[in-house]
Amino acid sequence: MYKYSDFDSDFVRERNTQFRAQVARRISGALSEDEFKPLRLMNGVYLQLHAYMLRVAIPYGTLNSAQMTTLAHIAERWDKGYGHFTTRQNIQFNWPSLSDIPDILDALASVDMHAIQTSGNTIRNVTADHFAGAAADEVADPRPYAEWIRQWSTDHPEFQFLPRKFKIAVTGSDNDRAVIRAHDIGLQLVEQAGKLGMRVIIGGGLGRTPMIGKVLEDFVPLSDLLAYLESVVSVWNLIGRRDNKYKARIKITVHEHGLDDIRARVAERFDQLRGQYQDAALQLLDQIKSHFAPPPYRSGSVTGFDRDYRANPVFQSWIDTNTVAHKNPEYAIVTISLKAHGQTPGDATAQQMRVIADVAKTLAHDEIRISHEQNVILPHVHKSDLFALWSALKSAGLATANIGLISDIIACPGMDYCALATARSIPVAQQIAQRFDALELERDIGPIKVKISGCINACGHHHVGHIGILGLDRAGVENYQITLGGDATETARVGDRTGPGFSADAILPAIERIIDTYLALRIDRDEPFITTYRRVGLAPFQAALYPQERGAHAAE
Amino acid sequence: MSRKPIFKVITANHLTLGDVIYLDPWGAWVRDLQSAQVFDSPERAQSRLEAAQNQTDVAVGVYLADVHFIDGAIQPAHFREAFRATGPSNYDHGKQQQANHV
Ligand code: HEM
Ligand code: SF4
Repeated sequence: MYKYSDFDSDFVRERNTQFRAQVARRISGALSEDEFKPLRLMNGVYLQLHAYMLRVAIPYGTLNSAQMTTLAHIAERWDKGYGHFTTRQNIQFNWPSLSDIPDILDALASVDMHAIQTSGNTIRNVTADHFAGAAADEVADPRPYAEWIRQWSTDHPEFQFLPRKFKIAVTGSDNDRAVIRAHDIGLQLVEQAGKLGMRVIIGGGLGRTPMIGKVLEDFVPLSDLLAYLESVVSVWNLIGRRDNKYKARIKITVHEHGLDDIRARVAERFDQLRGQYQDAALQLLDQIKSHFAPPPYRSGSVTGFDRDYRANPVFQSWIDTNTVAHKNPEYAIVTISLKAHGQTPGDATAQQMRVIADVAKTLAHDEIRISHEQNVILPHVHKSDLFALWSALKSAGLATANIGLISDIIACPGMDYCALATARSIPVAQQIAQRFDALELERDIGPIKVKISGCINACGHHHVGHIGILGLDRAGVENYQITLGGDATETARVGDRTGPGFSADAILPAIERIIDTYLALRIDRDEPFITTYRRVGLAPFQAALYPQERGAHAAE
Repeated sequence: MSRKPIFKVITANHLTLGDVIYLDPWGAWVRDLQSAQVFDSPERAQSRLEAAQNQTDVAVGVYLADVHFIDGAIQPAHFREAFRATGPSNYDHGKQQQANHV
């Protein structure tokens, strides 16, 4: 797993010492809030509705057991006994006091963690597929490339004052789990004639103006990659709009200039730049790759697993929903659900974090990942250990078998915590999960992605949910807008608005009508929601959601 | 739309604890909305606000919030303020927790 270099840990320690002094000076009155606010934000400290919030970075969503144990300790000692894992693959503590935060940061530093936020209009953290390095369907582990790009972009002199922030995501497989089409640049490792390269997608993004990225180049050889990316960023740096913050992202630049124009400009810039990146960059890549070496896989019989799978239906159903194929056929990738019915999506108690740390250490090569879908992943579990793992998780309330089902909902903190929210999201998620569990319909409904945001910033990725829910404030009342048919994968698409929104009381019945409509219209149980939606379109769902309006139109 | 008369309270978050606080009639910061000073004139509220905003040793992000005054109780006019006055809806944390433990 990736280790901090000595420079990095010295840097973190120095930043913590500085921040401790800054907090002391703020409390003593020597620093005003105006002076202090940018400093605390840089250190991951936000002021939310009811308390401060500390956002802890988890690079590539990857943790080991010692780090998870430290998060548990922090939750218990300085918070209210739990933490919240987010769609940005980080963890947020919702209740620290400002005076405790320096101690929390020191506790994090003791396990090479920090809360330093990349901020400003720069190239932000590069994210990667949460199954990276384990997935059976990947051509190669994307994380070394993500780290390579991160190191190149950090402190790149030309890119410190970009028109806006810039986000890059990398995947190694055709099945896109990293939402690369909703990033400024999305990269997919592809193989052509036995050589690795990247498909380059640009101009995606959610938020106020959702856009799906477009393929700029189908194959850029690795030796050209950094020069090519630099050309893209450099073209945008030159022609991206700086007059309006909402029009500054590259998605708008691509939209306004057209893909062909951008491609021509990139090609021209690339001709000037390609000579500058040579062997040194590729040597650095090789060096980085050694940090992402696979774990020492063991080999052993899996007949016990096959027997338990057949004998125990509850275990079987958990295996079916919560595990996927590993590149090593004796192994599995396990997703631990943080979506027990009625719980807050993404929350884990200190005790649950300790159980996860413990099973990761004893049964999973000490590697833990956090997914942007707010679940925890053990990427490397030998099949003979799955039953013991499941049993341990079950006793900690962590064996909910619902990955990819209707209760596996992404929900941002919304108005329950977030100072920017226009409505709540958590209670909507809780209601939906509990309702379909009570109806025992979850398995019958099958795979479906429900995503909820509490404001237009779209932290809950609602635009790309099969069912997307956006909470708004309509004249002082919570109101929920529904979109259908969104897709976050390789067939990415922004969902279609159904029509007027629903009140907090009416949103659950509305979701039930959508599901009833789907169940009535699907060809058979094997046709998932999104396929039915693509086949029948929005109209039958609108008819179910707004029956009275259809009557009104008919009367016109 | 509600036609109940709208009054103002002065509210903020506490510097070290981060929790929601209100200005009371004696110029002290209190944690309970019911102890807050209620202003019936926006002008008077505005003039008190400026003094309150200078108390940066206690209060962060000081602003005026709309409230109604019903049967002797102060009620937040907007649901955002109602959440600030009680706590999140997913756990018994925040002000509702403190209230239950008094
Ligand atoms: C509670 C405190 C939070 C605040 C104040 C906050 C604020 C914001 C803002 C202002 C943006 C828009 C940034 C921009 O485009 O300029 C944003 C984007 C985003 N946030 Fe949050 N957020 C919070 C929590 C979260 C959480 C908990 C998650 C994960 C569940 C999250 C995930 C995201 C993601 C993925 C985006 C990028 C959306 C895009 O593609 O444009 N945020 N956030
Ligand atoms: S979508 Fe809005 S409400 Fe939800 S976390 Fe992001 S900023 Fe807050």
